[in-house]
Formats: sequence, C-alpha cells, structure tokens
Amino acid sequence: MADHSGMVEKRGFGLWMTHLGLIIGLLFVFFPIWLALVASTVTQADIMDPPMPLLPGDHFFENYRKALVSGINAPVAWMMVNSMIMALGIAFGKIVISLLSAFAIVYFRFPGRRTFFWLIFLTLMLPVEVRIVPTYEVVAGFGMLNSYSGLIFPLIASATATFLFRQFFMTVPDELAEAARVDGASPMQFFRDILLPMSRTNIAALFVILFIYGWNQYLWPLLITTDPSMNTIVMGIKQMFPSGDDFADWPVIMATSILAMIPPVIVVVGMQRLFIRGLVDSEK
Amino acid sequence: MATVKLDSLKKSFGKTEVIHGVDIDIKDGEFIVIVGPSGCGKSTLLRMVAGLETVTSGTVQIDGAVVNDREPMDRDIAMVFQNYALYPHMSVFDNMAYGLKIAGTPKAEIAERVDTAAKLLQLESYLKRRPRELSGGQRQRVAMGRAIVRKPSVFLFDEPLSNLDAKLRVQMRLEIKQLQRRLGVTSLYVTHDQVEAMTLADRMIVMNAGVADQIGAPLEVYANPATEFVAGFIGSPPTNFVNADLAGIGNPDAVKLGVRPEHLNVMPSGSGRLAAKVMYTEALGAETLTHLELADGTMVTARQSATEAGAAEGTEVGLDWQDGDEMLFDRNGKRC
Ligand SMILES: Nc1ncnc2c1ncn2[C@@H]1O[C@H](COP(=O)(O)OP(=O)(O)O)[C@@H](O)[C@H]1O
Ligand SMILES: [Mg+2]
Repeated sequence: MADHSGMVEKRGFGLWMTHLGLIIGLLFVFFPIWLALVASTVTQADIMDPPMPLLPGDHFFENYRKALVSGINAPVAWMMVNSMIMALGIAFGKIVISLLSAFAIVYFRFPGRRTFFWLIFLTLMLPVEVRIVPTYEVVAGFGMLNSYSGLIFPLIASATATFLFRQFFMTVPDELAEAARVDGASPMQFFRDILLPMSRTNIAALFVILFIYGWNQYLWPLLITTDPSMNTIVMGIKQMFPSGDDFADWPVIMATSILAMIPPVIVVVGMQRLFIRGLVDSEK
Repeated sequence: MATVKLDSLKKSFGKTEVIHGVDIDIKDGEFIVIVGPSGCGKSTLLRMVAGLETVTSGTVQIDGAVVNDREPMDRDIAMVFQNYALYPHMSVFDNMAYGLKIAGTPKAEIAERVDTAAKLLQLESYLKRRPRELSGGQRQRVAMGRAIVRKPSVFLFDEPLSNLDAKLRVQMRLEIKQLQRRLGVTSLYVTHDQVEAMTLADRMIVMNAGVADQIGAPLEVYANPATEFVAGFIGSPPTNFVNADLAGIGNPDAVKLGVRPEHLNVMPSGSGRLAAKVMYTEALGAETLTHLELADGTMVTARQSATEAGAAEGTEVGLDWQDGDEMLFDRNGKRC
C-alpha cells in the first residue's frame, strides 16, 4: 500500500504476470491435494495401472463409506472422534491454563512471581518431543496410556499462550482493574467480566492455532495409544501404510487423508474473521 | 454524605517517602480540590483515600470510621479516573450498572438508577453504545454516571478533565460543579490546573512535593498565600518575586518580596519604587500584560486594564505598589 505508484504501474501486463505467477504457484501447491482427491474416488486397480487418472472416478461413496465405517485398523469415523476430542481438549485446556497463569502473573504480587514467569518461559524450550521419554514414564505411571487424559494432559501446558496473554494483559490499563475494584468486583469477577471478554479475539486466534496443533499431533499419540480404538487420524494414516508384502488400499488411505483435512479447514474458515481480527488488532 | 478526615497521612514507595504527613478535615458536602504540580503526590493522596494504595502511616477516616484497612468498595466511595477507565466491551448502560450488579441490586432498581443518572448527564440516547463510539466529553459523562449511580458518600476525581480539549474542559468544569451542588456529595478533586482549582473548590489544598503547603478557600489562598510556592503556583500570570534588598524592604527576615501582577503600577520613569525597562507587551483585549526587566535582571509582569495607556516597548519606566499588597517571604519560603 505504501508504494502507491508501483501499484498503478502494475496494471496491464505486470498485473497479468503477477496473477499468472500466483495461479501457477497455487496449482503447484494444490496438485497433490487434487491427486489425493482423485485417488479417493477411483478403484485400487485404476491407481495401480499407469498412467494414474487425473479426473475423479465414480467410487466416491464406496471408498469413503469403507474408510469411515471399517477403515484398515480402526474405523476412520472413530479416529476422527478421537482426534476431535484430543484437539478440542488441548485447545481448551491450553487456553484455560494459560489465561489463568497469565492472570496470576500480571495481576498478583506473590513471592516468586518472576521466578514462575521464567520457569514457564523456560518450558518453551521443552516441547513434547524433547521430554518424551520422561513424560511417557509419568503418563504410564498414572495409568493414562490409551486414554484421552493421557493424550491431552501432557500437551496442555503452554508457554507460548501464557506469554501471549501476559503481553495482552499488560496492555490493559491498570485503571480498569482499579475501576473494577472500586465497583466491588473480586479478582475472579474482574477476570470473568472484564478481562475475558476483552481477550475474546485473542482467544479465538489462539483457538485456531491450538486446534490445528492438537489435530496434527503425531508422535505422542503414536507412542501412547496401542489400542486401535484410541488411534487418532493423523497417526492412523501412517498406520494404514502396509508393512512388508501387504498391499496398500490407496483409495481408502487417500479418502482418510482428505477426511483428516476437513476439520482444520472448517475451524479456520469458520473463525476466520475473529482470527484475523485477533492477530491484527486488539480491541481496547 | 460523609465527612473525611486525614490524620498525618504518610506514604512511602520502598524507601522514598512521597507524602510527608497531610492533615485535613473535610466537612460533609464540601468540594475540596487538591492542586499542585505534576509528581507532587496528589494522585497518591487520593488513591489512599480510595483504598487503591496502602497507607504507610496515619489514618483515613470516612464518616468518623477509620477505613485504612477497608477495600475500596467498603469505603462507600466512587472514583472518576483520568482516562475514564470505562469497560471497553460493555455498553454505556452496563458500564454504569456493573457496580450495582455486583452488589446484587434488583434489576428494576438498577434500570431506574441508571436512567436517572443518564437523564442527569444527558446520556439517555447513548445507553446502548460502546465507549469507543462516544466522544471524549460523553465518555467523561459516562465515567461520572458510573460514580453517581452507586450513590456513594464521597466522590473522588483524579484529573477527570485533563484529556479533554480546552473548551470542553470549561464546560465540563461547570457541569461537575453544578452536579456536586445538586447532589451535595462530599468531593475530593485532584488537578494540576490552578484555574480548575480556583473555580471548583470550596476549599483547596495546595500540594508541594508531598506536603500540603496551604489549605483554604480559593480567594483566601490567592490573597494570602502561606508560602512562596503557593504564591507562585496560584494565579496566572504568577506572582512576581523581587529581591528584598533591591526593593528596599526594612524587615531583616525577608529575602523575597512578592507582588501580584495586577498590583504593579507602571509609572513614568523616575517615579515609583523601582526602575524597570519594558521588554515587551501582550495585549489580550480586556487586559494588557507588560513584561519588564529590573536593574538586577529579574523579569516581572504587570497586568493593566486595556483602557490604561501602556508603555511602549524599550522605554524606561518606574514601578509602584501599595504597602498592603506586599507579600514578604523568608529564607525558607514562608511568609514573614
Ligand atoms: N507505584 C509507585 N511506585 C513508586 N513510586 C511511585 C508510585 N506511584 C507514584 N510514585 C511516585 O510518587 C510521586 C507522586 O506521584 P503522583 O501521586 O502520581 O503525583 P501526581 O498525581 O501529583 O502527579 C511521584 O514522584 C511518583 O514517581
Ligand atoms: Mg496524578
């Protein structure tokens, strides 16, 4: 926007070239997804017989029903439910915990406040992958293998979200807290009635990011769910790949991939307006 | 309605003491203005009365009860903040009603009280709006409304007008004064603007670096400042200070002589008590300010009615004043 004359000059040939470039780039990115979509609508034989078809076949319902109802190790519908519970649990859990810890760190003067902040900050350097063995030990010790709590709890602590909310709370004028105090609000009433509604665009933005983070978890569910009924969809796809001489049911695998993409897309599109507002400005 | 009493009130932040012991007795329904330069501790004093700042020593009494350890809400006060501190996500109605809702006031009564306050403040047609959809003056009114609906016994204002433009400030000043008269609520009002203090106060407290230099009715403080600081701070243009020796003052304790600009008479050269040179003049319409330089380089200002003939810039003149208008200050800046 700053360079206005540049934009005007781009009219005509330059504009077409830009669009052409963007469209080619888009096709390039979109092509694998298109292939997956095509592969999920044809038969195994069509895929095995080169050249691979580039237009959708007529086995859409058959393949998707097979995936959803029976899948390969576990029904995909069931894996999606598991993924949904895990992603929602992680997103809500992270938001609740980080909101509360940011609230404590910003608004209360308690001994060791700084220490706690830096401890939380330190955990940024310790994602699940780094602490996976001890975390596994702990979760196994609590008997949480093959359970939703085992899938969710170890991933809930979030330094990033805590930090984000801390930064936001620090931009809220002190007088607001004081006005609420004069109005007779208790600290939790202030949190619920004032801070929470003021943070809603930030919460929405974070929800989108965290939902996708939770949905895309791979290593952790792979490690702690041995029971196929607890499999999540992202790890489930990988599990569908054949080992040894088994043959791969590509149409079903591709249908599963497409299905796995749908919920994150729905969340992003559905929350797009709030999401962008939350990233761009905060309502004060 | 209540009385407020501060008794040798002190406040330290860490090791630095910022309020050095303030005493005042505020009568029921009185409008008290705390005035002083930025950083002198006005807000801190007010916030101690509000209960937003702990008291280091001394006591705050509201209606005879020591409230040092009470939460703000239990002190029966309401406060208006400089930046209004309106809840940004709530409508004007909800902003005003929030305190009542928390107190568990019945819905019908909340609606009635908010409506009454809105009518009083001409906010009726804005009740559904959010604060960001209001002008500065309207936000200011909402902040006042939030204070009014709670029917507190003391209003506390911390520079409530300093975010408004000059014209609106004058208008809101009048409105605040009328409102306080109508409601008769004891009020403590903080400002750094001495005109605001003069026009609003029943009595004013002039603060200087954490000390209440003088407490009194505005005109009394103006006519009879207790310290050099008060004489210099209250009044615009400020009091002229002249070296006592130069002015030929007999009193051995006096170091400085203070004379208000309107008490200085510009005379023909050779007459009067002091010789001076006119540096420049400012004709303001109703009055003319003449800025003069004395023999020792001190600048003084004389305020003359525009009907008097002014001296031309660059001319030598004489200065005179009446004995009764002399204010003598000793080495410590106290009157003597
Ligand atoms: N929370 C605080 N911590 C440390 N010093 C403070 C704090 N609040 C105010 N002060 C100091 O106290 C003095 C008086 O401040 P304040 O009451 O805000 O002045 P005013 O309202 O008259 O401008 C200032 O020097 C300020 O730096
Ligand atoms: Mg202040």
